[in-house]
Amino acid sequence: MEPRSGRWFPTINPATEEQLSEVSEALKADVDRAVTAAASAQESWGRLKPSRRARYIFRISRLLQERSRELAVVESLDGGKPIKESRDVDIPLAAAHFFYYAGWADKLEWAFPNRRPRPVGVCGQVIPWNFPLLMLAWKIAPALAAGNTVVLKPAETTPLSALLFAEICQQADLPPGVVNIITGAGKTGSLLVSHPDVKKVAFTGSTEVGKLIQKAVAGTGKHLSLELGGKAANIVFDDAPLDQAVEGIINGIFFNQGHVCCAGSRLLVQESVAELLLAKLRDRVDTLRVGDPLDKNTDVGAINSRAQLEKIQGLVESGLEEGAEIYQPPCELPAKGFWFRPTIFTNVSQSHRIAREEIFGPVLSVLTFRTPAEAVEKANNTPYGLSAGVWTEKGSRILWMTERLRAGVVWANTYNRFDPTSPFGGYKESGFGREGGLHGLLPYLGLN
Amino acid sequence: MATAPSLLHLGSLMGGVRSVDQVAVEERAASLGKRSIKKASKVWALELAIRMMDLTTLEGADTPGKVAALCGKAIRPDPTDHSVPSVAAVCLYPSLIAQAVQHLRGTTVKVASVATSFPSGQTFTTVKVTETREAVAAGADEIDMVIDRGAFLSGGYQKVYDEIVRIKEACGSAHLKVILETGELGSYDNVRRASILAMAAGADFIKTSTGKIQPAATPAVTLVMMEAVRDFHRETGRNVGLKAAGGIRTAKQAVQYLVLLYETLGPDWMTPNRFRLGASSLLNDVLMQLAREKTGAYQSAD
Repeated sequence: MEPRSGRWFPTINPATEEQLSEVSEALKADVDRAVTAAASAQESWGRLKPSRRARYIFRISRLLQERSRELAVVESLDGGKPIKESRDVDIPLAAAHFFYYAGWADKLEWAFPNRRPRPVGVCGQVIPWNFPLLMLAWKIAPALAAGNTVVLKPAETTPLSALLFAEICQQADLPPGVVNIITGAGKTGSLLVSHPDVKKVAFTGSTEVGKLIQKAVAGTGKHLSLELGGKAANIVFDDAPLDQAVEGIINGIFFNQGHVCCAGSRLLVQESVAELLLAKLRDRVDTLRVGDPLDKNTDVGAINSRAQLEKIQGLVESGLEEGAEIYQPPCELPAKGFWFRPTIFTNVSQSHRIAREEIFGPVLSVLTFRTPAEAVEKANNTPYGLSAGVWTEKGSRILWMTERLRAGVVWANTYNRFDPTSPFGGYKESGFGREGGLHGLLPYLGLN
Repeated sequence: MATAPSLLHLGSLMGGVRSVDQVAVEERAASLGKRSIKKASKVWALELAIRMMDLTTLEGADTPGKVAALCGKAIRPDPTDHSVPSVAAVCLYPSLIAQAVQHLRGTTVKVASVATSFPSGQTFTTVKVTETREAVAAGADEIDMVIDRGAFLSGGYQKVYDEIVRIKEACGSAHLKVILETGELGSYDNVRRASILAMAAGADFIKTSTGKIQPAATPAVTLVMMEAVRDFHRETGRNVGLKAAGGIRTAKQAVQYLVLLYETLGPDWMTPNRFRLGASSLLNDVLMQLAREKTGAYQSAD
């Protein structure tokens, strides 16, 4: 749609730096228009018979499945992620979220018995660039099921799949105004979250921006949920199935180039197996294929943007300066585009920046421990608290660790596994509110 | 030649074998099955699959005529295309070795014979040793033995180990492939344990299955064995080969096994000396796909 701001910005393919398209920049007039559309659609959508609402959402999920190939290609072109991942993870999971929440739409009274669930109103949602369509699904599916209308802003580097989604909403005959997509950068986002008619703000992204949003909505009476950064510990005990743990570590940190808020960016390995595990890990990293995101065999794609690449480079340099040892496989990188080699830092101490700050790139920091108590202490020694992984054959130890880890999600003998039925969200500086499962409805409902 | 370590040593060896996570290993095998192999690589992979093939017939109804036909096919899989390489070996019962040797003399195709009361292995060790010795004397280059699953599953690791050591002795210069019969072992942990045991006892190859029990070779079970081979090599420096057998019927499956092999053990194992595919009906499909890659058209199935 032609923006009232009259301004456009380019979106590029990070693997080639070629421009893919120009996207309109929504400023005040456009944000007003979107929020007004959502507000005027709110009443009829909220009062629509719940089973009718469910039918629309089911229709959206089927369309996502039907158009999954197209969406996967767009996601990989615009964001740089390997097609293998957009094809097998992003798109199927996005569709699964809509299927799952469609099922709740007419069962809210049973989900929260005697609580009279009702919609909160227009939701302003701001999502990041790492899983554009999937984060959209996490935000829009529960909001619609609960009877809210939404205005969603995708990240400025990855707006295309959200625009395709808008087309899918039209295809599904969704009533006008129920879903509104606006594109733009931080300014657009801030106009959206501070708009007086927005009753609920949901944000996924950096802790830095999350804090700004929390300040902006303080005292306005708006509902807020934040899903922010992480510095997760992936903890490997000496009895773990090592070859599978290696796969889990690889998946934990190199999945989506490490652009994952719950990435297992700190590997905590028990000293008695550290040497063997690291040898296996280095061998495995050597086999990773870095390159063209559209090649089905690519394991690690392009870094999402130049700014992110520079941030990763800066943190890796700090790791070297602070005395950590670096390992990178000798793979060739394409000449154009934004690329970073899979990187493993050993000899890392807890005070190093690479062990404390979220890198959001394919960089793993390895620390060792001797006892389970030490593992818990090191794992919790972070301002974040989003996720953790525990690798051990011993079931009782998994439970013991889970009780003590301050993390919203703890994976046992696996990593980065998502399901719409399972709530996801953080502690501490990783945010609050849960997405997925029954819990994921709560931020979008008023309960009497 | 391997010498048997003490029971005490073996006990600690078995206790120290690492576990395998079922969900993760099956996921990894499945994800490697999705690799896409491009045209030039596909032709190379299909030809390699032929060079790695143990063309097998293990039927009670096998006849000298069938052996002759099998050997002819082993030497020249596609009579219309001489660029197609010979297979690695023919694999048959001991009573047919002499005939195969006659047909294969002067070619690169090896004669592999099953032995040790294949497929169940339910007989006396002395009989197994004698059978092995006679098979080698009859001209077998390679012996495919079965382990004593009963002993293994009841914790009699030492018995299994000793038997492998004795069969290996009986083989002399013939290559020994040790069949674990993974379909009867019950868990990936056991597959890994049996792999380490067989390698420690001196196996030149470890092999998944007899082909007489379902499930036979699967990508996940083969991956577990490859990981064991990799760890054994890391610990001891010795290279042990691997044979996937049973249930591999299509060229696509064969290529998937090669992908598993490449990703797990690397280019050093991409040779018939280190990897074999045991199959009775795979060759025809590989030939058909190879012709398809070369000519762009499928031949009729007749």
